[in-house]
Amino acid sequence: MYERITGEDPYRVPMRIFPAPHYTMGGLWVDYNLSSNVSGLYVIGEANFSDHGANRLGASALMQGLADGYFVLPATICDYLSEFLGESVDDQHPAFREAQQQVRETTEQLLSIGGSRTVDDFHRELGKLCWEHCGMERSAGGLQKALELIPALRDEFWHDVTVPGNNEDINQSLEKAGRLVDFFELAELMCHDALARDESCGTHFRIEHQTAEGEALRNDEQYAFVSAWEYTGKGHAPRLHKEELTFESVELAQRSYK
Amino acid sequence: MNRKLLVWRQSGPKTTGKMTRYHAPDISPDMSFLEMLDVVNERLILDGEEPIAFEHDCREGICGSCGMMINGQAHGPLPGTTTCQLHMRHFSDGDTIYIEPWRSGAFPVLKDLIVDRAAFDRVIQAGGFISVSTGEAPDANAIPIPKDVADAAFDSATCIGCGACVAQCPNGAGQLFVSAKVSHLNLLPQGHVEREKRVTRMVSQMEKESFGSCRNYAECEAVCPKNISIDNICRMNRDYLTARSV
Repeated sequence: MYERITGEDPYRVPMRIFPAPHYTMGGLWVDYNLSSNVSGLYVIGEANFSDHGANRLGASALMQGLADGYFVLPATICDYLSEFLGESVDDQHPAFREAQQQVRETTEQLLSIGGSRTVDDFHRELGKLCWEHCGMERSAGGLQKALELIPALRDEFWHDVTVPGNNEDINQSLEKAGRLVDFFELAELMCHDALARDESCGTHFRIEHQTAEGEALRNDEQYAFVSAWEYTGKGHAPRLHKEELTFESVELAQRSYK
Repeated sequence: MNRKLLVWRQSGPKTTGKMTRYHAPDISPDMSFLEMLDVVNERLILDGEEPIAFEHDCREGICGSCGMMINGQAHGPLPGTTTCQLHMRHFSDGDTIYIEPWRSGAFPVLKDLIVDRAAFDRVIQAGGFISVSTGEAPDANAIPIPKDVADAAFDSATCIGCGACVAQCPNGAGQLFVSAKVSHLNLLPQGHVEREKRVTRMVSQMEKESFGSCRNYAECEAVCPKNISIDNICRMNRDYLTARSV
């Protein structure tokens, strides 16, 4: 695969290694049954937060997909569904109507803006912004800056994006635009979280907090908790819920890669 | 580098498509084929035109979403490679590249280069699984499997269901895909119990779909991005004949 991408044979030319964004650590909050705080909404695999800490090892997506889908969900979701055996569902429920209306309005809005920049163009700018300020290393100043730049970019998106085509057939530009709307929300939340966690921990490396040798310096007195952020509505800052981490069999220690 | 493209444009399943000429100037040889199409699409959108629709997902050669005929070859000129892993350095400056969707009656065009591969899903639904009772998942390594059997099953299991085999076959036959899926499960002890039912159901579903018949051209093996062998087809035919004679 390496040779196909770079055009260089790694047996002859030293491999070029560079950092790249991986998955997110974290995801939607779930309980031990993998149920979210919305009744009936179960979240499995990488979409939930359950199996990752401040670090995430490669190939975890497969492991978590299998563990959640094979072991946990069959034992928990059936319990929920059993309450509704024989009941039929239809699309007349007010919540369904509301969601449908919301999607229709967003879709029509995206198609009607007719601006001068493509969805990919905005996506790249958002990615670069996160890479600069919420990437390998973060600082309070950078994160505060990102929290100003992301909403500004989002406003520009809603005024100047161009989405060709219509909503009657396959429209990949429209699909991408819908995803990017979510990415704006996620990017902002990640910056809020990184700013609030005033320590270095795992892949969250705040340059203000490092050892003399440049390793991550945790602050277990104040930050030994999982941050669960509650959505409080459009345009409102998310609310933090702390889930304390308690350790019985192991002691918290500084990790050494030596 | 500059490329000329001739791309199949078709606005929907019921409309008539045609080859349309585009220019792809300033393409880096280090771009992948799909990145080259991304660049072309950006320009099309800014010119007020609809971008070229094509399927893609992982861009790591493992999901089986991307797939197109490139100069008449499924996934292009590089052996054992999906379209997303093909890079522009394999084409020369000034080349004209012909890009078409999979060409097969079993895979109707939905839009431009996107085809409907649901026929594969229906074949899998017919028998591409192992029925297990509910309850605790068994411990790993509880069933010993000889190394050669595990290797053979794994080789078959590497099929990503992209459809290149069907697209390249002069008859549009689905045998390589179906036989890879049959072999993967029939070779393993867990799949052994249902092997006759499985092969019968999957083959009869394949025959209900609009695939052609296998004539051993072996074009499928030549273009398969996972180098799936036509040995699988022999194995499937043998299992099928055995099942029918029981």
